[in-house]
Amino acid sequence: MIGAGRWRSILSHAILMAGVAVIVFPVYLAFVASTHESSAFLSGVAPLWPGSHMAENYALLLDEGISTSGSPPLAPMLLNSLAMALMIAIGKIVISILSAYAIVFFRFPFRLTAFWAIFLTLMLPVEVRIIPTFKVVADLGLLNSYAGLSIPLIASATATFLFRQFFLTIPDELVEAARVDGAGPIRFFIDILLPLSRTNTAALFVILFIYGWNQYLWPLLITTETKYYTIVMGIKRMAAVADADPQWNLVMAAVILAALPPVLVIVFMQGLFVRGLVETEK
Amino acid sequence: MATVTLDMVSKVYPGGVTAVKDVSFDIADGAFCVLVGPSGCGKSTLLRMVAGLEAITAGAVSIGDRVVNDLGPAERDIAMVFQNYALYPHMKVYDNMAYGLRNRGMAKADIDRKVREAAQILELGALLDRKPKALSGGQRQRVAMGRAIVRDPQVFLFDEPLSNLDAKLRGQMRVEIKALQRKLGVTSIYVTHDQLEAMTLADQLVVVNAGRVEQIGAPLDIYDKPASTFVAAFIGAPPMNLLPATMGGAVPAAAATIGFRPEDVEIGHAGEGLQFTAEALAIEPVGAESFIHCRIGDATATLRTHGRSMVAPGETIRFVAPHGRLHWFGGDGKRL
Repeated sequence: MIGAGRWRSILSHAILMAGVAVIVFPVYLAFVASTHESSAFLSGVAPLWPGSHMAENYALLLDEGISTSGSPPLAPMLLNSLAMALMIAIGKIVISILSAYAIVFFRFPFRLTAFWAIFLTLMLPVEVRIIPTFKVVADLGLLNSYAGLSIPLIASATATFLFRQFFLTIPDELVEAARVDGAGPIRFFIDILLPLSRTNTAALFVILFIYGWNQYLWPLLITTETKYYTIVMGIKRMAAVADADPQWNLVMAAVILAALPPVLVIVFMQGLFVRGLVETEK
Repeated sequence: MATVTLDMVSKVYPGGVTAVKDVSFDIADGAFCVLVGPSGCGKSTLLRMVAGLEAITAGAVSIGDRVVNDLGPAERDIAMVFQNYALYPHMKVYDNMAYGLRNRGMAKADIDRKVREAAQILELGALLDRKPKALSGGQRQRVAMGRAIVRDPQVFLFDEPLSNLDAKLRGQMRVEIKALQRKLGVTSIYVTHDQLEAMTLADQLVVVNAGRVEQIGAPLDIYDKPASTFVAAFIGAPPMNLLPATMGGAVPAAAATIGFRPEDVEIGHAGEGLQFTAEALAIEPVGAESFIHCRIGDATATLRTHGRSMVAPGETIRFVAPHGRLHWFGGDGKRL
């Protein structure tokens, strides 16, 4: 740090640690809660130290689920979420990188109009267009299907916009060099553009995977069969039970399990993710 | 290898800006042609039209016997070296050079042979496994050259390839490019705004101004007989002194401007020629020579003298511009 005194260093570390504590403590509480019996919560005071029922809570959830609250086993729900998140993330990237490629590198009529039309849809999140979208999906017979879970969420103005901004930084000379080298549009895309956007794609993948994984409202609307339930909506069903106390230990275990995959994605893709967000020089 | 012919070539951009107007010239097989001019004069547009990167509005460009107007850059059998090198950042040096050949569907063994040959010529052998990021400016420049060489093109096109290098390296690369072009004997077109590069590299110099060709010829012919005041002022450093003709004694009838090169004057002598009296403004000693900037009436001029100058700023100096070394230009700027 520039002209940093010892105290400034201590202070900034203290602030960072406080920030970490604020974020980590609830996660810790959730973890602790998932290791107790359900009776541990009846007093209204949450325990602060891990209990002894961790293995049985998690095993119960993954294999059987809580049948009393209409919640299927967690393992298939996790798989559903994974499938949905992957389809959304990959689908979004494929579609948006292609549209950005068209918008930036090709001259066609209404090119700008197309761009602004895409850009305008940024202002229409899923929730705003949810009723018409539901109607379309229902009419297409896509209720209770993976296609119905993912396709309506795939079109992405944000990703298109980000890819466009990145493509604009690619020097014209590079495009021209490729033309002189005899690379047609498809060759150029595959041999040059895709490898160059590797880090951006990775960063977007992480963001979009988490976006897909965290979808709640949409899966809640279009799935009625338990075998298409996703984990995030499943948690809600576990917590909101009628005529019984919610089993907080199991709910918290489900929360921990649901939070794991996004965390793993970030951990494993961290290097690329950070470079994709920070790197500007090509 | 081939001749290159431009026949009444024009470029009008959508929106009506004319970048190039009715340009015609031929480049002989194996010749090194340099297009030189100030920025925005259309010289790069000309080059890009030969390359096929820019559509030709009117006229015809031929390479060899083929009119190439409607061919894409890859079909014209040319290779281009760009100002910023335009190396593919994610590819190793080897792949950068091999990429164009792969796209042509050449056999792997042939590609390997060609790339290694070019690497040897350019002394890139040790760098083949590096990425462009790990190379210095000069090395990147060589790779860009290598990418051009491996294709065995009919024509090399250079778009200000040295302008991103520092002065010393630029001088060195200039010599190398010239030697390489001699050795390979490939017809080359080279665009630059640097008149020194233009003078030293060219077999054929084309001075471009405002989208038109101002003069074509051998560099020294252009230096000795500039066709217009523009060329006179552009070629040569420091440029030719241009003074209103009223300052001369025996002036040709139509003359509006007298020109003389800084090195053609004799300071302090009273020989044959136009006599001038001037006030020295500043002295630039460069070592082997000195430049004296001086004022003559309302105009300024630069004089060059060997060795150190004894003149101090503010002093009055007399010099003679010999008759044989004078250039006369008419009111339209054309040489008389």
